[in-house]
Amino acid sequence: MQTKRTIFPNKLLPYALLTPQLIITIVFFLWPAAQAVKSSFEREDPFGFRTTFIWFQNYTRLFGEPEYLNSLNRTAIFAIAVTFISMSVSLLLAVAVSRLLRSGRAYTTLLVWPYAVAPVLAGILWWFMFNPTIGIVPYLLNQFGISWNHRIRGNDAMVLVVLAASWKQISYNFLFFVAGLQSVPRSLIEAAAIDGAGPFKRFWTIVFPLISPTTFFLMIVNINYAMFDTFGIIDGTTSGGPAGATNTLVYKVYADGFLGLNIGSSSAQSVVLMAIVIVLTVIQFRWVERRVQY
Amino acid sequence: MVENRPFLAFLTHLVLILGVAVVVFPVYLAFIASTHGSGDFLRGLVPLLPGPHMIENYARMLNSGLSTAGAPPVWLMLANSLFMALTIAIGKIAISIISAYAIVYFKFPFRLLAFWLIFITLMLPVEVRIIPTFKVVADLGMLNSYAGLTIPLIASATATFLFRQFFLTVPDELMEAARVDGAGPLKFFRDILLPLSQTNIAALFVILFIYGWVQYLWPLLVTTDSRYYTIVMGIKRLAAAAESDPYWNLVMAAVILAMLPPVLVIIFMQRLFVKGLVETEK
Repeated sequence: MQTKRTIFPNKLLPYALLTPQLIITIVFFLWPAAQAVKSSFEREDPFGFRTTFIWFQNYTRLFGEPEYLNSLNRTAIFAIAVTFISMSVSLLLAVAVSRLLRSGRAYTTLLVWPYAVAPVLAGILWWFMFNPTIGIVPYLLNQFGISWNHRIRGNDAMVLVVLAASWKQISYNFLFFVAGLQSVPRSLIEAAAIDGAGPFKRFWTIVFPLISPTTFFLMIVNINYAMFDTFGIIDGTTSGGPAGATNTLVYKVYADGFLGLNIGSSSAQSVVLMAIVIVLTVIQFRWVERRVQY
Repeated sequence: MVENRPFLAFLTHLVLILGVAVVVFPVYLAFIASTHGSGDFLRGLVPLLPGPHMIENYARMLNSGLSTAGAPPVWLMLANSLFMALTIAIGKIAISIISAYAIVYFKFPFRLLAFWLIFITLMLPVEVRIIPTFKVVADLGMLNSYAGLTIPLIASATATFLFRQFFLTVPDELMEAARVDGAGPLKFFRDILLPLSQTNIAALFVILFIYGWVQYLWPLLVTTDSRYYTIVMGIKRLAAAAESDPYWNLVMAAVILAMLPPVLVIIFMQRLFVKGLVETEK
């Protein structure tokens, strides 16, 4: 690993400098993670007196549970929908902003601030807007003969959390798309324009392929976001309901372990989630570093 | 522009105005709700224009809060949030900059191991190790304390990487010259490296402040005593109460107050924010 050409000769100082970071890492990250792995192989009796080592039983039971499979399924729908909606809306807005010179900055300011809104607040804002009794959206939908009730209907609840989660993520994707669009060489676009390609053709044949590294990077980040950072949105609105329709994997770990006190199963779920994060991080670092080249 | 197409220019603005409207509307609605009296919600539909009760609602939430929901006054929760966000941002920067310094400017056994240990934290978000982490914090007696709210979140792989990347671009000659002049490692760090890192520190600070402010799950786990509630998690209690009583005006006033500080940070430090965001994710 890289260092400087010349280095300081001190023997103990570097350890002293690393100590605070490493202590926190070990005590609050590595140790708990190891505990989660350990208890995912154990069963605690109902009174907490004895724990028995049961190999993979927690896992086999987990993947046999209809609720867990439902949660996997729901998480996949949620993550794909959030990634797709927030990325396509942001790309559209980024392309529009990059066409403008002066007013672009003002629009940017108006579009980026939701990054600072906590997920749970985003959830509450949308929950309020869609509130079946006083919300404005159900009222409008009612005018078209559509009845809305996310407290009862699972699909309505899913739409609600997807919208809230996408809304919050637009600003992030938008900024990265704007940066990506700025790095597309003007000369290519001008050459294509001289050859008679219209704006839409130029976008699909030149700009879109050239920003594919950004798109790919954002895809991974968005899946990661939808799976792990949306706990607040779920907890602030539907609490996983109705009937498990919005019970994402992260929410289920919390609900089973912290509220339901089923440590073995919750730990096994944690370990599955860790595996997912590790895969996503590896993809992000391996593939994104390499960059899609043309 | 490559060519002049009035229709496309019109479409561009239309798309952006619609986009801004969608982004702003939920907050606008919340703000409007926060300016009305409680009775205005009983009629069925949320009003769309501001009402006359704005100051009254905000003053009530700031000073006394909703005691029926078991939440403390908003000013206390705001102060807790501010403390938490500042401690996390400053703490993360402080411990990351010194660990990056150790990794770049020294050679010592287990350097690579230390680097990887820090790297691994990226793969272990709090959401996947909820219960064991809670247990550790409980065993250390850190539940319901400011230490418990902040210290477990202070390790930062991304900040360490950012500083490492930056230190590698600092010319070697600076350090050699400093050594020739007799500066020790701490003096070099304080007088040369730290001033050079100013912009990076500021950009990172903006991102980490927001990170600390929006924390939800962690305060939810470690605080049961309402004195330590942060605003973001306290609002959940308020919202739950509003489901049964029509206190939406007060809840929305709290929501607006909770959003305001980090949103203002982004708006006024947009350049640093964008720099920090793009660089931490590289």
